[in-house]
Amino acid sequence: MVGKGIHIEGLKKRYGSGDTAVEALKNVDMEVAPGEVVGLIGPSGSGKSTLLKCLGAVIEPTAGRMILGDEVIYNNGWKVTDLRALRRDKIGFIFQAPYLIPFLDVTDNVALLPMLAGKPNAEARQRARELFKDLDMEHRAKAMPSQLSGGEQQRVAIARGLVNRPPVILADEPTAPLDSERALAVIRILNDMARKFETAIIVVTHDEKIIPTFKRIYNIRDGVTYEEAGEGRDFELKYK
Amino acid sequence: MISLAGRDIMHAWGKFVFTGVGLGLLIGITLSMAGIYRGMVDDGKALLDNSGADLWVVQKDTLGPYAEPSSIYDDVWRGIRSIPGVARTANVTYLTMQVRQGERDVRTMVTGVTAGEPGTPGWPPYLVAGRQITRGHYEAVADIASGFKLGDRLQIRRNQYIVVGLTRRMVSSGGDPMVFIPLKDAQEAQFLKDNDAIRQQRRRTTANPAFNRPQVPGLLDAVIASQSINPYVNAVLVQIAAGHDVDEVAASIRRWKRLTVHTRSQMEVILIGKLIATSAKQIAMFLVILSVVSSAIVAFIIYTLTLGKIREIAVLKLIGTKNRTIIGLIMQQSIALGLIGFVVGKITATLLMAPIFPKYVLLEPLDSILGFVAVVVICILASIIAIRAALKVDPAEAIGG
Ligand SMILES: Nc1ncnc2c1ncn2[C@@H]1O[C@H](COP(=O)(O)OP(=O)(O)O)[C@@H](O)[C@H]1O
Ligand SMILES: [Mg+2]
Repeated sequence: MVGKGIHIEGLKKRYGSGDTAVEALKNVDMEVAPGEVVGLIGPSGSGKSTLLKCLGAVIEPTAGRMILGDEVIYNNGWKVTDLRALRRDKIGFIFQAPYLIPFLDVTDNVALLPMLAGKPNAEARQRARELFKDLDMEHRAKAMPSQLSGGEQQRVAIARGLVNRPPVILADEPTAPLDSERALAVIRILNDMARKFETAIIVVTHDEKIIPTFKRIYNIRDGVTYEEAGEGRDFELKYK
Repeated sequence: MISLAGRDIMHAWGKFVFTGVGLGLLIGITLSMAGIYRGMVDDGKALLDNSGADLWVVQKDTLGPYAEPSSIYDDVWRGIRSIPGVARTANVTYLTMQVRQGERDVRTMVTGVTAGEPGTPGWPPYLVAGRQITRGHYEAVADIASGFKLGDRLQIRRNQYIVVGLTRRMVSSGGDPMVFIPLKDAQEAQFLKDNDAIRQQRRRTTANPAFNRPQVPGLLDAVIASQSINPYVNAVLVQIAAGHDVDEVAASIRRWKRLTVHTRSQMEVILIGKLIATSAKQIAMFLVILSVVSSAIVAFIIYTLTLGKIREIAVLKLIGTKNRTIIGLIMQQSIALGLIGFVVGKITATLLMAPIFPKYVLLEPLDSILGFVAVVVICILASIIAIRAALKVDPAEAIGG
């Protein structure tokens, strides 16, 4: 029954209590297969960030069930004790802004994650460099974040999300600051990486440029998810 | 694992060095203040050591001759000399005054020493130039800190003295350089009135029928003569003969002479415990204030640096960084700031500050070690506010709204 990827059923999240309580998530069901990139769209205040925070194990849902990879992480209560280690080992995060560590060079920004997981420095950096090859960032491996363009920074952030080979990547508006060509490049990379590493990726977005690229979309309104078929346009041929 | 603190410091080294230098100057001042205190203590000890005395015999119930005025007759040394266990005695006078040399005048402690040979208590134990006083009058040995040179003519009251020898580290407990002159001259300098005053006194004495009695010839002259000599000294310095106990000899002098006798250790208590006690408290207050100011600076800087990194800290937490690592990041930066400050402070105190202070500044290695420990402790404490702010950061903030 427990497969890979992301499996969410009946997830609820209420902020506060009593009169001021907000039902941010009323009923969320989601299924993302390994290697799949799905879009999560919805108007502002519909609960997208709340869902990512629950999945990202930084806030606790009120009820429901979440399975990441092959592990039930939440079933009407956390099923893992070390949420910090869960985030480090099972989930890759990519944010709207790259949020790179300004005092680490590009390689160490990425290598930091395996280092935090206890990998030796050389091995961690080797992993980072392999990803840079895939992301066409090898030539910038020694640069500082401040020396990179917005698109390059976002690619480093993607590498950071991928480097620990997490079964799940959560991307929050990853293309917002990018022009359409770069935005599509990011989506292409995410698709390539999802296939290559068998990663289940959720991309929260309201970026019209990239919405047509998803094969499946979850539309969230008022805390309830509705699954929709996307256009799944093969942009690769068009933009490569 | 890489050192996050180290990388951050390398990245923002300008900020660190700049703040570290500022902090270093404060630490330099702090170390110099401690050095000034040590210098004062050392001045006091040097004064006691260089006097060559085991006992100081002074006016009854006084803490003389350095901490309080003391005046005893200049012939009591004879009686003391005959007490068993006493090897040598010498009269001594101390008078702190401005000594003129040409255009300038220098604050010095003019010390009257008895005639004798080197090694007599009160005499400077060694010279760095010239010779000891050999004539009974108008020769002086000056401490090099006074700025006087061999052959200089010094004006002390109405008499001129020629500098025949120079000493080093011969200072009063207040740090004033000493000038040694023959005892008789010094007694006269202490007592000497100006010509007008002498004429005035002579006139008053002559007008006083109790002294001016024609039927007693010579009385008036004798009275006037007695008024113009000074039979007092400030203390008798005593050296104990080998094999005798200092406290026993002191006790017998007290018993027979009804004078107050201080031993070396009592003198130390008087000089350090009483004479410089207020200055020491003053310096202690400075040290406290400087420590508080330094802590505030470190705390403020580290707090500001941490606030500037709140977003990165949220990201670090989100990607699974342990609190321990984040605490380490902040605390190591704080300590690094302290280390830069300490190194800068030690260098400025040693090379820049100590040499330009007019008084002796004694930088003790122990004080440096204590200062170092204090800096590290202060930096750790100062980082607590920043650490608390960092620990409060919610990793959910990295995801945003
Ligand atoms: N920390 C919070 N406390 C209370 N209410 C919150 C909090 N965070 C979000 N909400 C509310 O939950 C709902 C969903 O918000 P959010 O998940 O941020 O939506 P989206 O990301 O889709 O804009 C909104 O009504 C919002 O006001
Ligand atoms: Mg949002």
